[in-house]
Amino acid sequence: MTTLSAPPMPSFTHRASRWISRNLIRIYAGVAFVYLFIPVAYTFAFSFNDSGKSNLVWQGFTLDNWKNPCGAPQVCSAVANSIQIGVLSTVIATILGTMIAFALGRHKFRGRTSTNLLIFLPMATPEVVLGASLLAMFLNLGVNPGFWTIVISHVMFCISFVVVTVKARIASLDPRLEQAAMDLYANEKDTFRYVTLPLVMPGIAGAALLAFSLSFDDFIITNFNSGIETTFPKFVYVSAARGIPAEANVIGSAMFFIALFIVVIGQVVARQRKKS
Amino acid sequence: MANSKVSQDTGDLVLNRVSKFYGDFCAVDDLSLTVPDGSFFALLGPSGCGKTTTLRMIAGLEEPSQGTIHIGDNDITTQKPYRRNVNTVFQNYALFPHLTIFENIAFGLRRRGIKDVKTEVENALNLVELGHLAERKPGQLSGGQQQRIAVARAIVNRPEVLLLDEPLGALDLKLRRQMQIELKRIQMEVGITFIHVTHDQEEAMTMADTIAVMNQGKIEQMGSATELYEAPKTAFVANFLGQCNLIKAKVQSRAAGKAVVTAKGHTFEVPLSRVSTDSDSVLLGVRPEKLRLDDQGINSIKDCVVTDRSFVGTSTQYLVRTPWDLELVVFEQNDEGLHDLHVGDKVSLEWDAEHTFALDGAQDINAGADLEDEE
Repeated sequence: MTTLSAPPMPSFTHRASRWISRNLIRIYAGVAFVYLFIPVAYTFAFSFNDSGKSNLVWQGFTLDNWKNPCGAPQVCSAVANSIQIGVLSTVIATILGTMIAFALGRHKFRGRTSTNLLIFLPMATPEVVLGASLLAMFLNLGVNPGFWTIVISHVMFCISFVVVTVKARIASLDPRLEQAAMDLYANEKDTFRYVTLPLVMPGIAGAALLAFSLSFDDFIITNFNSGIETTFPKFVYVSAARGIPAEANVIGSAMFFIALFIVVIGQVVARQRKKS
Repeated sequence: MANSKVSQDTGDLVLNRVSKFYGDFCAVDDLSLTVPDGSFFALLGPSGCGKTTTLRMIAGLEEPSQGTIHIGDNDITTQKPYRRNVNTVFQNYALFPHLTIFENIAFGLRRRGIKDVKTEVENALNLVELGHLAERKPGQLSGGQQQRIAVARAIVNRPEVLLLDEPLGALDLKLRRQMQIELKRIQMEVGITFIHVTHDQEEAMTMADTIAVMNQGKIEQMGSATELYEAPKTAFVANFLGQCNLIKAKVQSRAAGKAVVTAKGHTFEVPLSRVSTDSDSVLLGVRPEKLRLDDQGINSIKDCVVTDRSFVGTSTQYLVRTPWDLELVVFEQNDEGLHDLHVGDKVSLEWDAEHTFALDGAQDINAGADLEDEE
């Protein structure tokens, strides 16, 4: 059967380059994800390190850190402080920011444009400058830095983010929905309660989550205005000098998994709602 | 709460000398209007004619700059929208996306403090034949279904007046036809006054008992579809409702119930009852389907030429040029006696005197033409 010649086998390099060009996006995505998640994976892995004093070198596997995350001195009090400050700042910033967003998004008043601009300023200002100025201000006013000065500073920089997020949601709201509510016998208060607020709520919730993570995460401004008060980021920074305890890795990993869990639950609920 | 507002002594809706200004712009100009209780009324006009502003003033979403609005003896001019017994079907329905269909329809009832809403909501859903969709969200419904839910949400409150703001604008042609019949049926069943705002003349003519044609903030003419079509009083109405041939002419005499007019050496007759002006300069009007390709009648034009022909199924439409270069539109029914003319053929035109009308000649002869397809 030599009359029918088989097609020539493509060379190896040819096949390889075809495979690469076909899978380039997948390869790129894989590399990008590895890049993003290596630090998290590292943190997670070293939360199991039987570290003793310094957690820089792998010294053996243990579950002790997870069994007793408050084992290292001050870790848990720092986390508790961070959560308290985060919740307080979030609640205050979300309420104030939402009200500002409604004023800016719904009403025309003198100075609206300049207010819009001023709201952006804290986001654009370097945190070091904000932190230093706040400290100078507190000292000049004779206020001792501590828990409440942290809350005040956090509320200050969170408000801008809340305003921007909520305002975007308000802007996308169809004004006819509120008119329809008024047309259907809802007075101003009921219209706000049953139509406006529920429709803006996803924006407000998003803003609150953002505010909490900003507050929980903040180190620079906090470091200036905390006095002897310790937050989790400050604790990690301070202990970096003499070795970060593995318990900090436990807390960090736990935070990551809690956030992941919330996102997954949200997706599942949304999908099921769509199905039904 | 607002329970007291549901008074059952409904009456005619009366707009008395209502104007609305936005800065220097006059959207509605000294408009007076009476809509009889229980009628299906249409406000028809091109975009920007003030029809939607008028509707929003009746709904309470805009306040008139001047004038008053009454329902029966009740002055509602400055009443808040939630205090007046008027409901609206909005242009894009404005269903609440976060509430189920059931809760959308129950919204008005609940705000009025009615506890047991189930039966009424179900009745409203059955009226629009969508009972099985109660638990869905508006986003899961098609455009036509959303439209019907918007009607149900308004009607469940048994308003004295139901306002419909271009309610069929977002639907495709077939669905629109179907909904026209549907809305008419619902109106007959519930007997509420419907005020329907539209720029679609066909829609207005199909559904409404009375049509008010609006232009530049004023009502041009009001009447039944037949009245407006057969005896328009202005060039705008003649051109905006269907197609119309208008010829500039001079009145020579008015006697014995008819007026004799001339145009370019041709003499035509019009019944005096169909002459809506005292001026001698007039626009002579005749609808395309009233023109015949013959030369027997009193009103006739000889030596015309066919310049265009298009076949549209039920009729053939000709463009015919008169000896003085005016193009007239002629519709000829596709039945026996069809002429089957072609471009370039010589023809004569004729029509009956009673199908002719004469308008004030001072108007723009093209007013209202080519406007209907806007938006």
